[in-house]
Amino acid sequence: MAADPKQQATDERLAALTLPEGGGWLGAARKDALGRLQAVRLPGRRDEYWRYTNPTPLVQTAPALDVPDQVEDPFAGLDTLVVTIDGDDISVPDTVPDGLEIGTLRNAAGADIHWAKDVYGRREAAGSRPVSRPLAMLNSAFATNGLVIRATGQVTQPIHIRTTGGTDPILHHVVKVESGASVTLLESGVAGARSNIVTEIEVADTGTFHHIRVDGPVRARHVNTHLFARLGTESTFKSFTLSAHGALTRNEAVIELTGDDAVSHIAGAAFGQGDFHHDDTVFVTHDAENCESRQVYKKVLRDGAVGVFQGKILVKEGAQKTDGYQISQSLLLDDDSVFLAKPELEIYADDVACSHGSTTGAIDETALFYLRSRGVPERDATNLLVLSFLAEAVEEIEDEGLRAHVSERLADWLSRD
Amino acid sequence: MLEIRNLHVKLEEEDKQILRGVDLTVEAGKVHAIMGPNGSGKSTLSYVLSGRDGYEVTDGTATLGGEDILAMEPEERAAAGLFLAFQYPVEIPGVGNMTFLRTAVNAQRKARGQEEVSAGDFLKLIREKAKALKIDADMLKRPVNVGFSGGEKKRNEILQMAMLEPKMCILDETDSGLDVDAMKLVAEGVNALRDEGRGFLVITHYQRLLNHIRPDVVHIMSEGRIVQTGGPELALEVEENGYGNILEGAA
Repeated sequence: MAADPKQQATDERLAALTLPEGGGWLGAARKDALGRLQAVRLPGRRDEYWRYTNPTPLVQTAPALDVPDQVEDPFAGLDTLVVTIDGDDISVPDTVPDGLEIGTLRNAAGADIHWAKDVYGRREAAGSRPVSRPLAMLNSAFATNGLVIRATGQVTQPIHIRTTGGTDPILHHVVKVESGASVTLLESGVAGARSNIVTEIEVADTGTFHHIRVDGPVRARHVNTHLFARLGTESTFKSFTLSAHGALTRNEAVIELTGDDAVSHIAGAAFGQGDFHHDDTVFVTHDAENCESRQVYKKVLRDGAVGVFQGKILVKEGAQKTDGYQISQSLLLDDDSVFLAKPELEIYADDVACSHGSTTGAIDETALFYLRSRGVPERDATNLLVLSFLAEAVEEIEDEGLRAHVSERLADWLSRD
Repeated sequence: MLEIRNLHVKLEEEDKQILRGVDLTVEAGKVHAIMGPNGSGKSTLSYVLSGRDGYEVTDGTATLGGEDILAMEPEERAAAGLFLAFQYPVEIPGVGNMTFLRTAVNAQRKARGQEEVSAGDFLKLIREKAKALKIDADMLKRPVNVGFSGGEKKRNEILQMAMLEPKMCILDETDSGLDVDAMKLVAEGVNALRDEGRGFLVITHYQRLLNHIRPDVVHIMSEGRIVQTGGPELALEVEENGYGNILEGAA
């Protein structure tokens, strides 16, 4: 019998990795994740949620790639608490705002009792049902470092995780937002040629978590991220990602609304060309009453670029008065580019409002002519229309200052394309 | 200023001739009006002159200040001084009106080898011009034409015209969808731009706009040709008797 290619790929990758040292709660969580990974194995092309994205570059043992150049800090000029991650070397600022605790996973692992124990690997494991997330399991098992962040009060200064250096980092962050607390997390930077980053987020009742991730215009980047979040009663979760270029991006978000009246908004704007392949895979589960969820994804594809959107809203039995919304849209700038969308609704409650839509279109010729008739050259006019198209996703950023800042970066990067 | 000679135009995708030999000269400082029934080719003329895709010039020429505009891209025509006020101005969500206008003004200046206007100077200028058109700061900040009423959209077209200072302005049914007050405001905006160095071509179905923008010359267009040319009294005749008599007379 021929060897199973998935088994072979998994064996090869695992043989090249070493479980980080240390026992304790983290060691146990790592072993648990490894066990789950061995049961499902790393993803293959035939897996249901990997049909549109070839997992090989993320699975293979060595990312034989050039480490991309770093781009400028997209959040420069904003008042943020910067935490730099160079490879897996993390420097946490000495002083942090009131109501905030930040540490490293390495340090947290040494504590016998730590709040992160109840989150690390737990949200990821829950998020692997019913659809397994093997690359996140790999991360839980082998992550070399990460941040543990706990908000106990209203933290107004955003935390900015700035990732630099590294070659093939596996980073794992754990966030806990306590009842009534709020925090904003910004992420930027290139973590090596290939990165695997998992963030597990627990938002307690009435807590608020905002997240903005900006991947700047780096073409060689291979990125695989997972967000796993559990939302308590009357809590709020808002996440936005801007992706400029990148060879391969697979961003997964798995959100569980487990308390009544919780709100989850997740959005993404992406543009790229040529060998750009960008995949957003989202799974939102409503498991409480009167919750609201929103997914807004926009991609602009040029010169044969590929965009993928797989988004699901699962409304469990009893999750009455659910308000679920999902939209995925692509703007194809030529005939060679492709958008593949798989919107899914699965509803087991009878008093819900869920809607979803997906569109693919070309540039609006009338609008293009309008701009050109005012003297704007074709390329610039196209960029303005791209900006216009992506604006609806960027507008999902709640904070006006951050939204304006991200819009400016986007316009700037488009103009330099 | 604008010279059109024997212009023949067909639709690119079907074998349908729209313009069948248009001859028209608009001198600097003059306002010419083109009237005509639906389907006579008025809007096509405005699109062909400004460079919209979908049309094929099969014969004839069009020059602006002696330059062959038909060979130019739309943005080059704009930089050469041509402006078309759209019948249906386009909405562009997510792009601020002011950002759009500054991009356009500076793109034209760049194409002409002039220096870009500084943000401060631009702001001063646009505020002054917007005020005359009763366009408030909010309308300048909002996305281009999004949520604008019909009248606001047309005023916004005139604001663009005022900022871009073209040599030759074409107004395509600028009166459509406007109530009397809005029409007056738009006409005042246009009249303020009348200048001995600037030509206007006003396309309209109805005479009423011409009460406010007084033309020097009126042309009647039918089946792709100019069939009659006269003074402002020609527009009044259309208003009273319709196109019937004129077209019969021309036939």
